[in-house]
Amino acid sequence: MSEKVIPKASINSDSGKDLNRKGFLGWLSIGWLAFAGATGGFFTSMIRFMFPNVLFEPPQSFKIGYPDDFTIGKVDTRFKKKYAVWVVRNDEGIYALSTVCTHLGCTPNWLEVEQKYKCPCHGSGFRKTGVHFEGPAPRPLERHSVSLASDGQIIVDKTKRFKWEKGEWEIEESFLKI
Amino acid sequence: MNYIKDLFDFLSAPTISFTLLTVAFPFIFPPTDWFDKKNKQWGIYKLWTNKGAFWIFMSITFFFIIGYFDPYFNLTMTKPDNIPIILMIYSMIFVIWLGMKKAYNNDARLDRGEKPEEWNDPDDKVLVWPDLVYIELIALILFMVFLIVWSILIGAPLEEPANPAATPNPSKAPWYFLGLQEMLVYFDPWLAGIIFPIFIIVGMMAIPYMDINKKGEGYYSFKERRVGYFIFMYGWMVLWVFLIVIGTFFRGPNWNFFGPFEWWDPHKVVPLTNVNLSEYVWVKLLNKGLPTNIIAREAVGFVAVIGYLFIMPLLLAKTKLKNLFEHYGPVRYSTLMLFGLTMFALPIKMYLRWLFNLKYIIAIPEWFFNI
Repeated sequence: MSEKVIPKASINSDSGKDLNRKGFLGWLSIGWLAFAGATGGFFTSMIRFMFPNVLFEPPQSFKIGYPDDFTIGKVDTRFKKKYAVWVVRNDEGIYALSTVCTHLGCTPNWLEVEQKYKCPCHGSGFRKTGVHFEGPAPRPLERHSVSLASDGQIIVDKTKRFKWEKGEWEIEESFLKI
Repeated sequence: MNYIKDLFDFLSAPTISFTLLTVAFPFIFPPTDWFDKKNKQWGIYKLWTNKGAFWIFMSITFFFIIGYFDPYFNLTMTKPDNIPIILMIYSMIFVIWLGMKKAYNNDARLDRGEKPEEWNDPDDKVLVWPDLVYIELIALILFMVFLIVWSILIGAPLEEPANPAATPNPSKAPWYFLGLQEMLVYFDPWLAGIIFPIFIIVGMMAIPYMDINKKGEGYYSFKERRVGYFIFMYGWMVLWVFLIVIGTFFRGPNWNFFGPFEWWDPHKVVPLTNVNLSEYVWVKLLNKGLPTNIIAREAVGFVAVIGYLFIMPLLLAKTKLKNLFEHYGPVRYSTLMLFGLTMFALPIKMYLRWLFNLKYIIAIPEWFFNI
């Protein structure tokens, strides 16, 4: 077993001779092009998959009823399940709060006794107005646009968001004066 | 019995349990001569003997037996999700006990001038094939039997279909992420959810490059690298495993703290109104409104963070840690400081939150930048 073993692959074989440099580069480019085409096609179809043909989600803009349906000083949780908004009426008017916690996106619960929204994930707490006061949430809940339709009902438009920290709660659309 | 339960509830409050652990840790894993002397004096090293193991095992089991017959702790304890945590408490402590026992054994051998136990090939050395593979096969079969029995006896903790409008209360991460969830209570998501996990992984990979002590390599030994032991054990046991235990047993509805024998009252009211450092400084201390300029508003926070992370290591390199700095060189020293100080930022921030209701040291929600 002491004799030296020469691996076969290291011996110059004839197969290398019929492929010159130009031919090699040609085959290499074709190979790479084919690879790029295949992966490109694969990823295109993957990205296409992210955009479904039909969306089974509630409309982003919807009517929630007449202003008189809402009691002053109450948080209305009827629209939480379907539309993910709380509708709150105070002495001056009505606003719609997003039910997405501004910390990591869990859904807080409205606690009537404690008068606060409390997130079950990391304990963030928000006052009735949506302003954060306990736990790790760095900013208040976002508000959505509220306005009156021609038939007197309130329209909530979730495509428009108003952030307190950017001073957007001052914008007229974020609050419906009654 | 109720007195004992009340005592446990009182001790498990985060400020107390965390402080007790933090204070006890340097005595259990002494990093300096002084702590080592106290450790010897009070006989804490006896934990790492067979007798010590018996007492540790008995006291944990005693706790769980009381818990099993308690109507409230029974609910948390026997929840199918939480049974792995109970196993984890036993296995973690067993593994540490075994390692420390071997380390102390070797330390004693070194003191006597002998070679460590791992120096000689063990007598029970086996061949990979067939001996070791057979052992592994038997272990595999036994483990599968264990898993099958477990899955038959205890139902899977399945819940109702997911519903974005109804988050379970409390909503808990998988058990291995509970430490992460606990960190998220004190830090902004980008820090606790992204930066810290990256730092943990990169930091652990960097340990062999930062710990350049040639002694104690390849064999168990405590005294050859006691500072490294202490830092790693604190980070692992207190800042990760203990946080998992807190998240499992002590966090109830609305993510409030509950003692182990306390009823999980969903309406427990805990005053937690948090205040940012900038509000402390400008509103409470200087009696002024917050400045409109963001940088001016958060200047104190920036000074504190930069001072802690960058200025303090520089000063330490010139004074107290001069020897370490010269031994390690600037690159290794600053890496060690960056990872070490980031790790110790977690307990610091937790205490600031518990004691002063401090929310963020730097709070710039406008830029999604909170520390």
